[in-house]
This record gives sequence, C-alpha cells and structure tokens, in this order.
Amino acid sequence: MTARPTKGGALYALPNALWLTLFFLAPLLIIVAYSFMKKGLYGGVEPEFSLHAYALLANAGIVKVAFRTLLVALAATALTILVALPVGYNMARSKNQTLKLFLVIVPFWTNFLIRIYAWIAILGNEGTINGFLRSVGLVSDPIHLMYNQGAVILVLVYMYLPYAVLPLFSTMDKFDFILLDAARDLGAGKLESIVKVMLPNVRSGLVTAVLFTFIPIFGAYAVPLLVGGKDGYMLGNVIADQVMKVRDWPFASSISMVVTFVSTVGVLLFLARQKRPGISKEQAAALAAEAAVAAGGGR
Amino acid sequence: MNGSDVTISRVGKSFGSFAALDDVSLDIKKGEFFSLLGPSGCGKTTLLRILGGFEVPDEGTVAIDGVDVVGLSADKRRTNTVFQSYALFPHLSIFENVAFPLRLRKVPSKTLTSRVKDYLSLVQLEAHADKMPAQLSGGQKQRVAIARALINEPSVLLLDEPLSALDAKLRQHMLVELDSIHDKVGITFIYVTHDQGEALSVSDRIAVMNQGRVLQVGPPHEIYEDPATDFVARFIGETNLFRGEVVRSEGLLATVAIPEVGEVLVTTDDPVPALSQVSFAVRPEKIRIAAQKPAAARKDLNVVKGHVDEPIYSGFQTKFYVRTEKGVTFKVFKQHADYSDKGPEIKWKQEVFLSWSAEDGTLVEVARP
Ligand SMILES: Nc1ncnc2c1ncn2[C@@H]1O[C@H](COP(=O)(O)OP(=O)(O)O)[C@@H](O)[C@H]1O
Ligand SMILES: [Mg+2]
Repeated sequence: MTARPTKGGALYALPNALWLTLFFLAPLLIIVAYSFMKKGLYGGVEPEFSLHAYALLANAGIVKVAFRTLLVALAATALTILVALPVGYNMARSKNQTLKLFLVIVPFWTNFLIRIYAWIAILGNEGTINGFLRSVGLVSDPIHLMYNQGAVILVLVYMYLPYAVLPLFSTMDKFDFILLDAARDLGAGKLESIVKVMLPNVRSGLVTAVLFTFIPIFGAYAVPLLVGGKDGYMLGNVIADQVMKVRDWPFASSISMVVTFVSTVGVLLFLARQKRPGISKEQAAALAAEAAVAAGGGR
Repeated sequence: MNGSDVTISRVGKSFGSFAALDDVSLDIKKGEFFSLLGPSGCGKTTLLRILGGFEVPDEGTVAIDGVDVVGLSADKRRTNTVFQSYALFPHLSIFENVAFPLRLRKVPSKTLTSRVKDYLSLVQLEAHADKMPAQLSGGQKQRVAIARALINEPSVLLLDEPLSALDAKLRQHMLVELDSIHDKVGITFIYVTHDQGEALSVSDRIAVMNQGRVLQVGPPHEIYEDPATDFVARFIGETNLFRGEVVRSEGLLATVAIPEVGEVLVTTDDPVPALSQVSFAVRPEKIRIAAQKPAAARKDLNVVKGHVDEPIYSGFQTKFYVRTEKGVTFKVFKQHADYSDKGPEIKWKQEVFLSWSAEDGTLVEVARP
C-alpha cells in the first residue's frame, strides 16, 4: 500500500509558499515588470510598456562590464574552490573538527563591510603590506595593490570561501577515507587517488560549493565598489548606479534580468553536465538564493 | 611460484603512548597462506597496514623478497589489500572497480577487457560486471574486492578480516573459495582474523597475537595441540587449564600437583624438573566421560570423579560441564560417533568418571625452579 497524502499537506506547505511568494517571486516579478516600463523623471517608473531599457543594454560599456563580471566571477569561483578543497579535506580528516568549523564560521560574526575595510587596511597604499615593505626598505613608493581586478578577486575569494568550504566539508566528512587507501594500494599516486576516487564521490558538495560561490559573486556589488576602482567595476555596481545615481529603474531592472538570466542558464548548464539527474536540496536552495541575490542586486 | 617471502623483523609501532605493535618478528614464506590471529585490538590491522604501505613502523624493518620496503608507499609495492569494509569505489561499476588498477597503468582496452573478465570469472561474478557496488550482496562485494586486489598480480595479498561481515554459512563457503583461489594464484596470502576457526582451517601457519606481540607461530595443529602460552591455549579452541607444581619427574613423564584436581600425569617434550611451576591443559574432546570408573588397565591414565552440572546436546556431540569434588568445572566433549536412539546415557547430576591418558594433556607454561 502506498501512503496517501493527507489533506493537511497543503496547509503545511502554506508558510513555505507564502515565504517564497513574498520574498522571492514578488521581487522578481516587480523587476521583470519594471524592466519593460519607462523611466520615471526622478526615479521610479512610468507604467507604460517599453523596450527601451533592453535597447540600452546593447552598449559597448555594458557589454564590456558584463564580460568582465563573468570572467571575474569564474576566476574567483575557481580560486575559491581550489582553496576550499584542501581546507575541506583537512577539516574532514581532522580530529578537531568542531574547532576548525568554528574558525571557518567566526568571520561571519563581523560585518561584511567591515571585513572589506579590513582588506583595505591591509592592501592600501598606507596599509600593512606597504608599511612592511617600506620599513624593510624594499620599496620607497607604495605599490598599488588596490583598485584593480586582482584585489577584487582576492577579496571575493576571501569573502566566499566559507560558502565553498562548508558544503565541501560536509560531503567529505561522509566520505570513507579508506577508499583513498584502496586507490593508493591499486597503484594510484596521491593526487590521482584524490582526483579519481575522492572528487567523484564528493561531487554533490562540489556542485553546491560552485553554486554557492559563483552565484553571489556574479552579483557582487560591495567588494568591487570598495576595492575595485574603475577596473574592477562589475554589473552589480552598474545596477546600483542606475538605481541610486542615474535613477533609471527600468535600465537597472533590465541589467538585473541579464544577471539573473546568465546565472540561471549558467547554473542549469553546469547542473546538466552533472550526470546525476535532478538536483539536491542544497542545490535547489542555491538556485533560490541566486534568484534572490540577482533580484536584490547583490551586495 | 610467483609469491614473495616477507620478513618482518623487530617491528614496533606506537600511537601516542600506546604501543600497538611491540617487537614483532615474522618470517613468511613464498606462497604461504599465513594468518595473523588475535583478539580485536591486538594490532593485526596495524601490522597489515605496515605491510601494505599505509603505516610506517617506528622501529624495525619489513622486507619483501629481501628488499626493505619501509620507505615505499602503497602504490610502489607488489602487495595488494582486501580491506575489511571491501572499500569498493561506489561511483564505479563492478567492471570499472576491477579495471581500476589497469586503467591507471593505461593498459590497452582489449587486454583490459579480457583481463577484467578473467578475474571476474575467477570470483564467479562475470554476470554482475555492469552492476554498481551498492547493488551487490556482502559476499559478492567481497569477491569484487578480491578480484580487484588480484588483477595487478601482486606477489603478496593482504586480507583484513575479509569474511567478518558475512553470515556464518557464507563465511564457511567463502573460506573454501579463498583457499581454492590461493591454490590457483599461488601467491603469498597474509590473512588477518580474530576467528580461530577460520585461521585453523585454511592456514599453512598461524601467528597468534595479543596486545601487540606475537605469542606463537606454527602450523594449525601445533598451535592447537601445543600452545606456547596460557593465552594461546585459552584463545584457540576450548580447554581445561590449571596451574600446578611438578612433584615428580621420571624422564618425559611428569606428575603435576594441581590444588583443585589432585595429581595429574603428563608426558612432556623435555624433562621437566620437580618444583617447576607449570600450567597444565587438556582439551575437552580428549577426555572420556563414563558412568563407571574405568578399569585401571593403564598406569598413565588420569581419572577424576565428578557430577554432571550441565549437559548441552548439539546433535553431533554433547558438551558436559562436570563439577569435581574439589569444586572445579571440567569441560568435556563427547562425540556421537555411533547411531543411537536410546537418548542420553549420561544425565544431569549423575556421578561420572573423567579419564585421559598422560599423552593427551600438555604442559603449557613451564617455570623451572
Ligand atoms: N591511527 C590510530 N590512532 C590511534 N590508535 C590506533 C590507530 N590505529 C590503531 N590504533 C590502536 O591500536 C590498537 C591496535 O589496533 P588494530 O591494529 O586495528 O587492531 P586489530 O586489527 O587487531 O583489531 C587498537 O587499540 C587501536 O585502538
Ligand atoms: Mg582490525
């Protein structure tokens, strides 16, 4: 006999449905709607159909920033994963898991912006690194570590590392490390055993880690704003400028649509490449987070 | 013979302050089926992992065919391991699991396919090549693990309690199969188990271990009949073990005074002088049990009177617990070699006479005065 869903089922799903509608679907629909309207004089929109906001997208400047955003997001994601893999591995094999988990989470207790400012204090012309180099006499004029793409990528990697470490750690923790011994026993080298045996078995964590980092990084706003300078400008900054400075809400919305579209398509393509059909709960959560981030313009 | 000999000398290994292995030396011969037998936690797996290249000993050396292998990692040794938990790769099919070592060596696909098929048929799993490990039963997984470990043609196969996860019937069956695989491939097998029955039935030789030390090495019958220590006597099979003192010694015949039993005659391999402190053992199946006192036909027959505390009938034999007048309990096994429909001749609470000849007992530990 199969269990029949009880009548209460729909009722239990109600809070979830409300939450999704209120915080996820409604903002998204508003942005879709705005993107097809005319710009209001002092911000806001005129409720009149127009494709003008989309026409504005075909602009060399926007296209350039879009490509840069994609490249920066890909590079930062790749680096984040490369750093997170050994960190997660180490945590999973560690005897002090609780302590290490705690250390990964600690930075979250400090405000996001303050942590970015901390990087400015490290990388800036008067910052720690330049101060050190000057004091040992290696340089006389400060070297410019800030306001370039490198700085943006570095700080993004730092910011999103825990989002990659945590899902990797949680799947690696369930991994049976005897399998690595077995691989070595059968002739695999150290790295070979990890690539051929461990990675395929922690793939779900890897996929989640990629989604959790790529999606928010693609919509990043605060990091490029504070450490990026002109070279580091990303789509998130363009959107913010359109909302706050230019007050062209439809244009901001159409750029948001591009961000949402690219990250959704990117994610779907990425998931399609994973052989296993269907997506895990974690990945579904990541997708929802993506849409929310895209709709909210990131941070 | 394509096996290797393995020489372990004075190997020690500690985890923190805990000595998992203490001065272990073993000489394992080419092609031998050699068992490491001991209770859980005695260091068997640790020793096997040292042989396989997963642990480095703190002291001592390990040589395979005379070549020191201590510095070699697992992938550089001609040993392969069958892990206790099988350690099949869950993301690969049975075929790919067995093919894994060949793919690493980039064996051409034609050779690879035929080799994998050969080894799958060695363990009778040709029909399951396309399944995933999760779809197999415990016994089948075990065979995949064996095929995978053998396909590289190691000269030493290390098996860590390979049958412990199987049920009793299947275990017996796999044991026979392992034995026949050993005969076919002819390489050295080093087999770890805590099950004395397994070790006795398949091994050429057994090393009995306890608390990180090797207590005795020898063929199964020697381990069983002539245990070197009280621990070995108790761990292998069942026994009646008592401590006593030699009171008389005439050549190879000693008389041992055992406080709870009385004077017992026992033959020894070497003369044992009077006043030696000894432990005396006699196996339950070597003791005859009878309702009548045996006629004193032989001078060297030991006879002890007692009452049956508990008879346990199990078809092919009955196990008796017999309490003597001095209050110790003997275990006695009586085989039912002949057909009988009369029911038990010896019953609960009945007075019985236990007897065994001097040759059937053995002195285990001997401390000469
Ligand atoms: N990596 C390790 N760290 C700490 N203690 C260990 C480790 N491996 C084994 N031990 C300890 O060494 C002893 C022997 O273990 P093991 O060789 O696995 O025994 P066996 O296989 O005979 O049951 C056990 O007490 C075990 O707890
Ligand atoms: Mg063990």
